[in-house]
Amino acid sequence: MFTLAKNDKLLLVIVAFFTLLAPIILNPFPTESAMAQFNAGYPDLMQRFVIFGIFAVGFNILFGLTGYLSFGHAAFLGVGSYAAVWMFKLLSYNIVPAMILSVVIAGIFALIMGFICLRRSGIYFSILTLAFAQMSFAIAYSVLSNPSFNLTNGETGLQVYNDDPQYLKGDGPSTTHLFGLEMRETFTLDIGAWAFQFNVGYYICAIFLLVAFYIAIRIFRSPFGLMLKAIKTNQTRLNYTGLNSKPYTLFAFVISGMYAGLAGGLLASMDPLAGAERMQWTASGEVVLMTILGGAGTLVGPILGAGFIKYFENIFSKINDSVLHSWFSLLPDGLENAIVWVLHFFVGKGWHLTLGLLFMLVVIFLPGGLVDGGTRIYNWVRKPRNPEPAEEGAQASTDQ
Amino acid sequence: MGILEVSNVNKNFGGLKALHNVNLDIEEGTIHAIIGPNGAGKSTLLNCFIGKLVPDTGTVNFNGQSLLGIKPHQINQAGVSRVFQTPEIFMDLTVLDNVMISCFAKRDGAFSFNAWASVAQQTDIREKAEKMLEDVNMADKSKMLSGSLSRGDKRRLEMAMCLSQDPKLLLLDEPTAGMARADTNNTIELLADIHEKTKITKVVIEHDMHVVFSLAQKISVLAQGTVIAEDLPENIKGNAKVQEAYLGGAH
Ligand SMILES: Nc1ncnc2c1ncn2[C@@H]1O[C@H](COP(=O)(O)OP(=O)(O)O)[C@@H](O)[C@H]1O
Ligand SMILES: [Mg+2]
Repeated sequence: MFTLAKNDKLLLVIVAFFTLLAPIILNPFPTESAMAQFNAGYPDLMQRFVIFGIFAVGFNILFGLTGYLSFGHAAFLGVGSYAAVWMFKLLSYNIVPAMILSVVIAGIFALIMGFICLRRSGIYFSILTLAFAQMSFAIAYSVLSNPSFNLTNGETGLQVYNDDPQYLKGDGPSTTHLFGLEMRETFTLDIGAWAFQFNVGYYICAIFLLVAFYIAIRIFRSPFGLMLKAIKTNQTRLNYTGLNSKPYTLFAFVISGMYAGLAGGLLASMDPLAGAERMQWTASGEVVLMTILGGAGTLVGPILGAGFIKYFENIFSKINDSVLHSWFSLLPDGLENAIVWVLHFFVGKGWHLTLGLLFMLVVIFLPGGLVDGGTRIYNWVRKPRNPEPAEEGAQASTDQ
Repeated sequence: MGILEVSNVNKNFGGLKALHNVNLDIEEGTIHAIIGPNGAGKSTLLNCFIGKLVPDTGTVNFNGQSLLGIKPHQINQAGVSRVFQTPEIFMDLTVLDNVMISCFAKRDGAFSFNAWASVAQQTDIREKAEKMLEDVNMADKSKMLSGSLSRGDKRRLEMAMCLSQDPKLLLLDEPTAGMARADTNNTIELLADIHEKTKITKVVIEHDMHVVFSLAQKISVLAQGTVIAEDLPENIKGNAKVQEAYLGGAH
């Protein structure tokens, strides 16, 4: 099937299984229970898991394989979103032209940015990409938003208005859709105390993720991918072996830019809005964190990292002092207040602090990221029977 | 006319004359040794052949084509491969992958966007690489990470990588440095054996006299950036200048 090796096939099937059943798996707690706030199985959050998974899988093709650390990939995310919203404004809410333009424009943009930034390597490359992305942000935020030529709609963000042409809309839906199938449509399945939500938008994103993941596996196992790995371990040797590393890194850069453009297009397809803040350096940094946290250079790592970060962002930022008080209400008042006072800094708006700590723990104790942790556990469990671990095949059994 | 012609090459590092009017003529199909004390400029000279350094003045012609000002990968594609003094290999990849990369470079050229094929299914490349590893007695190590090999094995791997490309000119920078006696002898045998079979022109930089006299058809002696003698092995031993600069020295 799909000309993949056995382990890779297994990996793809496992990822497909978890992605397609996510609305059930991520909703383990009954809707009315106190634990329901830890559920992640609602459309908005699941869409973000998958979209940022695509973003990180693409980023990993550049960073994980070649070792070139870009701090500017959010620029492509933003470009993809803008391109998609323009398609909605000009043609219709059908996401197909939007997705195509997102990927194409992000690819062209990546070609230009890569051509310039890849003149340097190491920290200089990183700084160049950061500068490029910040410039793009500034341009989107102000320069391209003036009355005579308004491409980005500046601070407000680009969105679809009633007087937009939408030449192909006719009497089609007034929200994003795939040939009439609306993204926001959700089928809710009530079983006992549980309510599972199956959302069209999520499944569209999930299919894109599976295709994107499959392409990433092919690239990892291809001669092209082998050269990218060789660039990471010894670029000098590669050059003296008769290979020109420049086009290899440029292609990797463009491919990862197209993945980011796809993710940006999907974000806009779920919610037809594009703002410049999507291009900001914090967004670029986030995909770096996702990739490293999950395991740079591994196949599933970036997906796990994206799920992990988006989950904790969502859960921890929702917890407030009254929730904390309710958890510790059984303790003596003084102790309760003390604990809540400490935890207060790690939740709500302080969730970045928790994320920072988790990130530090992972980097210090699991240099290979979550995949490394999973592999260690797998090896430890399977040691007597199977000394040869199935690379990342063991993974993916964790969240998302 | 030789396959590699070096004339009047000069290279300065700051005030240091690393190479001074170096002339060299490497005849096709021979093993040509370059010897000389540490810091004589031997590695620097090889660096000028592979595009790592550009001489300040002088010319380096390979098969009549200048090697100056073209990129390292172009020089390799023209048929020049080098084994470095400190092994340059892909430490994070397996031994087999290392050799396969060389084979890909030979088959597909400096760049090919081969992103949809599967490495595992490139049987011609794989068989060639496996055969090459057998030739250097490393077939049993093909699945190991190359970074975990012993120093001698790393060097042998690098040699396999270069040989798998069927180069027209093979440059070997102290191929036995840091090896135990037994390993050194193995390597000499291997080189002699390969030379017997392929007749690839080789420039060997060596420290070990034993190696040099058992392999080379011609020897150039470099001291302080200058070629002080060039002759057949049997004549070099008796050369007074050489004895003073090299054999009679600290070595
Ligand atoms: N890149 C460099 N920059 C400055 N000096 C160098 C450089 N490479 C070599 N040298 C100097 O040039 C001289 C010759 O070095 P090298 O060619 O490595 O000698 P050998 O290989 O014969 O032992 C040495 O004095 C060395 O320190
Ligand atoms: Mg040297």
